[in-house]
Amino acid sequence: MSVSSPVSDHPLAHGPARPRPAARSGRHAAHLPDAPILEVRELSVHYGAFVALDRVSFALHAGERVAVVGPNGAGKSTLFRVIAGVLPATSGSVEVYGGAPRRHICIAYLPQRSGVDWNFPVTVGDVVMMGRIGRLGLLAWPRRRDRAWVHQCLEAVGLADLEDRQIGSLSGGQQQRMFIARALAQEAELMLMDEPLAGLDVPSQQDIFAVLDDLRGRGVTIVLSTHDLNQAAERFDRVMLLNRRLLGFGSPAEVFTPERLMAAYGGHLHLVAVEGGLVAVGDTCCEQDGRYG
Amino acid sequence: MARLLELVLAPLRYSFMARGLSAAIIVGVVCAVVGTYVVLRGMAFFGDALAHAILPGLAVGYLVNGSARGPLFWWALGTAILTSLGIGAVARGTRVKEDTAIGIIFAGMFALGVALISTQRSYSVDLAHFLFGDILGVSAADLIRTAAFGAIILALMVAFHKEFVVLAFDPVLAATLRLPAKLLEHLLLVLIAVTVVVSLQTVGVTLMVAMLVTPPACAYLLTRRLPVLMLLAALIAAGSGVIGIYLSYYANIASGASIVLTCTACFGMVWAVQTLRERRMRARSRN
Repeated sequence: MSVSSPVSDHPLAHGPARPRPAARSGRHAAHLPDAPILEVRELSVHYGAFVALDRVSFALHAGERVAVVGPNGAGKSTLFRVIAGVLPATSGSVEVYGGAPRRHICIAYLPQRSGVDWNFPVTVGDVVMMGRIGRLGLLAWPRRRDRAWVHQCLEAVGLADLEDRQIGSLSGGQQQRMFIARALAQEAELMLMDEPLAGLDVPSQQDIFAVLDDLRGRGVTIVLSTHDLNQAAERFDRVMLLNRRLLGFGSPAEVFTPERLMAAYGGHLHLVAVEGGLVAVGDTCCEQDGRYG
Repeated sequence: MARLLELVLAPLRYSFMARGLSAAIIVGVVCAVVGTYVVLRGMAFFGDALAHAILPGLAVGYLVNGSARGPLFWWALGTAILTSLGIGAVARGTRVKEDTAIGIIFAGMFALGVALISTQRSYSVDLAHFLFGDILGVSAADLIRTAAFGAIILALMVAFHKEFVVLAFDPVLAATLRLPAKLLEHLLLVLIAVTVVVSLQTVGVTLMVAMLVTPPACAYLLTRRLPVLMLLAALIAAGSGVIGIYLSYYANIASGASIVLTCTACFGMVWAVQTLRERRMRARSRN
C-alpha cells in the first residue's frame, strides 16, 4: 500500500503520470504490469430462469474510456456488479490485473443517483472519506493526512467548497462528481459508472466530461453506461453494445451499424440521423432500471 | 424555586427512584445510538419483532428460575441473539417476503411466551413487568449489569462507526472496499439484540421499539449530521427517561408508558414546529 505524501501519490497530482507500483503489499492482490486491467471470459449471470448476461467476453486496456450502451434490462448494471465483485457470476470468469475482483480494492462502482438515500445524514466530505476506509483498515480513524487527501479529491472534481454540505443539497451533476471524488479517494484504477449522465443538463454533463478527461490523463480506466449513443460515439475510445449478449465491442464506427443497433434494440429503437451521428429516440430511460438493469 | 427543587429532590430520597433514573439515562443513551441505525436503515419492524420474540426466553427462565432478575437477563440475552441471527436466516432462505417472515416468527414466539407464562398462577403481575417494564424494580446488580453491557455496546458502536455508516449508506461500496460485510451486519444485529435486552426492564418488550426509534427519529428532524444526530438522540432519550420517571412518580402512571409518552411528545413537538416552519417558508417563497 502506498502511503507517501498525498500530493505526489494522488491520482490527479499534476505532472506526468506516475508509473503505478507493480505490486502492493498487504492483503490485496498485486498488480501484474503486463496483464490487461480487466479480462472477462464467457461470463454468464442467471437470476433463476432469467438470463441477465449470456457468455460475454472482452478485455480492457489500462487507461481507456469505454461506453456501454444497450436497452433497459440489457444487463449493464449486472455486468458492473460482477466486475466490482459484488455479484457472483453463474459461470465464466472476471479477472482484474490477472486476479479475482474480490481481491482488489482498486475497483470503484459509482451507483445510479436514483438508488441513493439523499436524506442520509452525511456531508459531502463524509461520503468521500468513505472511499478511504478500505485503506484505513478496521479500528483506525481518519487522520489529518486522510482529510487532506479527501479535500484534494474534492478539489479535483471542483467541489472543494461544498465539503461540509449535506449531500441532499447538491445538484445532480454535483452528486455525480462527489461519487467520482469518492472513487479517487479510494485510489480506484477502474471506475464503473452506472448511468452517471442520466437526467443531467448539458452544462452538468460537460463538467463531468471535464473531470473524465482529467482522469484519462492519470491512467484511470473508465467504463460508463449511457443511453446517449451520440455521446458514446464522440467521447469514448471504444463502445460496447450489450443486450444480454455482447453484440459489438470496438470503435464507434465498427459497432454502431444499423444492423447491430437493430439487433440490440429491436423495435424499441428509433434511429434519427443528425449531423454526422445517430441518436436513439424512444428508449425509455434509466429511472425504472430494476435489478436486472 | 425552592418548591420546584423540592419537587425534583423529593423522589430521590428513595433509592429505587435514584436507581431507576440512572437506568433510564443509561438505557436512553444506548438505545438512541443503536436506534440511529435502526431508523436510518428502516429496521423498526425488525426491532419491534426482536423485542417481542424474547418473551419465550424470558418465560422459560421464569419457569426455571422464578422471577429473579439475574438469570432472566441471561435467558433473554441468549434468546435475543439467537432470534436476531435467526430472523435474518429465515428471511433470506424462504420465498416469503422478509417482513412477512419476521411477522410470522415474532407473533408465534410472542404467543409461545404468553402461553408459557400463563401456566403459572401469579402470571398476570409478572407478565405485566415483562411486557411494560418495571424500572422502579431495578436492583443495584441490575444497574451494574445495565451499565457494563451499555458500555460494551457503545464501545463497539464507536469502534466500528465508519464501517457501520458505509454499510448503511452504500452496501455496494462496502463490498468493493472488501469490508467483512456479513460479519459487520451480524455484529449490528447482535448489538441491537443486546440493546433490547439491556433495556427490557425500562419499558418492557411491547414498548421497546419506541426507545429505539422515537428519539433518533426526533433528532433526524433536527440535524443532517450523523454524530450530532446520535448526540441529540441520546440527550432526548435520556431527558425523556428522567422526565418520564418524574411524571410516573407524581401522576402515578406506569413508568414505561410514561417514558415512551414523553419521547413521543418530544417527537410530536419537533415535528409540529418543523412542519409549521416549512409551511411558512413555502408560503414566503410563493409570495
